[in-house]
Amino acid sequence: MHPQDQITKPVLEVRNVTKFFGDLAALKEVSLAITRGESALLYGPNGAGKTTLLRMLASLARPSSGEILFDGRNIERDGTQAKAAIGFVSHATFLYGELTVRENLKFFGSLFGLSNLEKRIDTALDLFHMRSRSNVFARDLSRGLQQRTSLARAFLHEPDIVILDEPFTGLDSESVKNLESLMLRLPEQGKALLFSTHDFDQGAALARRLIVLRAGRVRYNGPLAGAPLDDLGIVRSAERVTDE
Amino acid sequence: MSSLKIIWNVFAKDLRVEWRNRETLASMCVFGLLIVFLFNFAFETAHEENLRLLPAILWVAIAFAGVLGFNRSFASERENACLEGMTLAPVDPSMIFVGKMLANLFFLGIAEVVMGFAAALWFNVSFLPALGELILIAFFGTLGYAALGTIFGAIAANTRMREVMLTVLQFPIAFWILMLSIDATGNAMRGDPNGDWLGGVARVAGISLVFLVASFLLFEYVLEE
Amino acid sequence: MKEKFPTSWLLVLTIVWMSVAIYMDFLYAPEEETMGQVQRIFYVHVPCAWTALMGFIIIFCASILYLWKRSPAADELAHATGEVGFIFCSGVLITGPLWAKPAWGIWWTWSPRLTLTFLLWLLYVAYLMLRSYLVNPGRAANLCAVVGIIGFADVIIDYMAIRWWRTQHPQPVIMGGPNSGLDPRMLLTLLVSWGAFTCLFFLLLRMRLRLGRMRKELSEIRHVLAFKLSED
Repeated sequence: MHPQDQITKPVLEVRNVTKFFGDLAALKEVSLAITRGESALLYGPNGAGKTTLLRMLASLARPSSGEILFDGRNIERDGTQAKAAIGFVSHATFLYGELTVRENLKFFGSLFGLSNLEKRIDTALDLFHMRSRSNVFARDLSRGLQQRTSLARAFLHEPDIVILDEPFTGLDSESVKNLESLMLRLPEQGKALLFSTHDFDQGAALARRLIVLRAGRVRYNGPLAGAPLDDLGIVRSAERVTDE
Repeated sequence: MSSLKIIWNVFAKDLRVEWRNRETLASMCVFGLLIVFLFNFAFETAHEENLRLLPAILWVAIAFAGVLGFNRSFASERENACLEGMTLAPVDPSMIFVGKMLANLFFLGIAEVVMGFAAALWFNVSFLPALGELILIAFFGTLGYAALGTIFGAIAANTRMREVMLTVLQFPIAFWILMLSIDATGNAMRGDPNGDWLGGVARVAGISLVFLVASFLLFEYVLEE
Repeated sequence: MKEKFPTSWLLVLTIVWMSVAIYMDFLYAPEEETMGQVQRIFYVHVPCAWTALMGFIIIFCASILYLWKRSPAADELAHATGEVGFIFCSGVLITGPLWAKPAWGIWWTWSPRLTLTFLLWLLYVAYLMLRSYLVNPGRAANLCAVVGIIGFADVIIDYMAIRWWRTQHPQPVIMGGPNSGLDPRMLLTLLVSWGAFTCLFFLLLRMRLRLGRMRKELSEIRHVLAFKLSED
């Protein structure tokens, strides 16, 4: 494939997806596309449907109607390649409290059928400075450390597409800086990044593209620079909001 | 074959998680023992009647200890949405099912051995003459029971009253696995007067395999959202 | 089903058929020699049992259809049938003792029909409980379909196992076993009664489906309203 095609053809495509939970429509006719080498911020108020959308991209939920394509292939019909290429972090950490950090990663990595697992675990742990704690039980970790472990888990299989749902939750300022620099590097590596955060300014510094979701519908999908923030109801604060 | 590896990894993970706590296995054994003890003490029967009552008492104890174990098997997954986390990986959900089912089967099997020893002691019976048959019956009966318990455990994990929901699903549907196992066990313990021991095992195995296959095929729908 | 057979026709058909059935149950069918008038409960008891079984067959088919086609209509049908079938199933278990006590002096026996119906009833209870207790309604369709399928496999196993069990532990046949001789007038009455109860089943099912649809519309209206209010 021509390198130019590789970059411009969307790797993840959402086509007219609607999602019902019982009678409630969480997503309504959502369409968008993510390409490799791009970083996009998914922004919107609570209950807008961001988590639902991100979970569906990670194959954790199925659309009620519409389809999601990975490299042109419907992930419902054959999601194996999509799952192998996507790294996902969400509110839940997916960690077993009774296992150590390393054991958790080992189990997760074995599900991906990874070779050189020990080395990959070391690399992933180093990315988030968790190597020194690799033999600590997950239940003994603080929320922030669990989040870092979850991040390591997501990067274990060197995914092409990184999907992060409010990844900064619980992280101290140093870990935040670490994750931010990691996220900035991803587009350069030819990977795709889609993330959500409640702090618009923080997110805006990390992304080139903005997708605004409100009440389940896409209100804006385009470059972050020059986006009509006032119309979208987004207020930038003068200072960065610090984590508690 | 990578499917077998996945099954092994899930199975080993369940065992390792349990080894750190050792709560589930201990609870199952104690609970089973208590049921056997209760009935033994209440009835105080002579040997002949023991042979009539013991199979039912044992399988009732196994049934309740099993449900306890199945509930806890999914409790550990629920804490951090680990069951969902497994589906992030490109694995066939049915492999996750087999791994967890084998772990449930393993724990219940251990509990059965403990209950069996206690029953032999308290009821003054020996399982040795028919040991081979009894092991076969116990294996197939527990296999089907664990298959149902695993899929229903996953289903019940989505509900408000999980333990109750699992029980309400498990007992009606596993009813004949239990009844036929009781029947076959009793027959074996009486020395197989009808010469029908193979038929007994076959009946239990047949039903268990039907439920095993059904659960295996349907598990992926339980994990879907 | 909605367009092809209007509900009003179904209602009329049910009323007419039921009336004929009631007449036949009480007046046309001859009095049974040993049990007397109480035996007439048989014409309610048996059709209810067959209807309850038919209900679970419908649940099974709807469940398979749902998992195959993801059709919400299939899921609604399964849900509605669960509720209506449960009523008929309970009917069998209520009429059973009402008949048995005056006729044979015992409240209950594990006859094949009663055993099968009781196990079926437990399945209905489990199915309806699952629907009620689910935390995430989005998963309801999938999970209930799985239970519907496994449950039906269980019903088949129940039937075969009960037959085998009775060969091992024979019981005196009472409550109208399969081979009990039936006066032709009684047989006719039974069949007419069965038809009437089946009509009643489908009438109730139709009404329940309508109710479900109205609930859904109401829910949608509420959501649209809530959304509009939040916009302002």
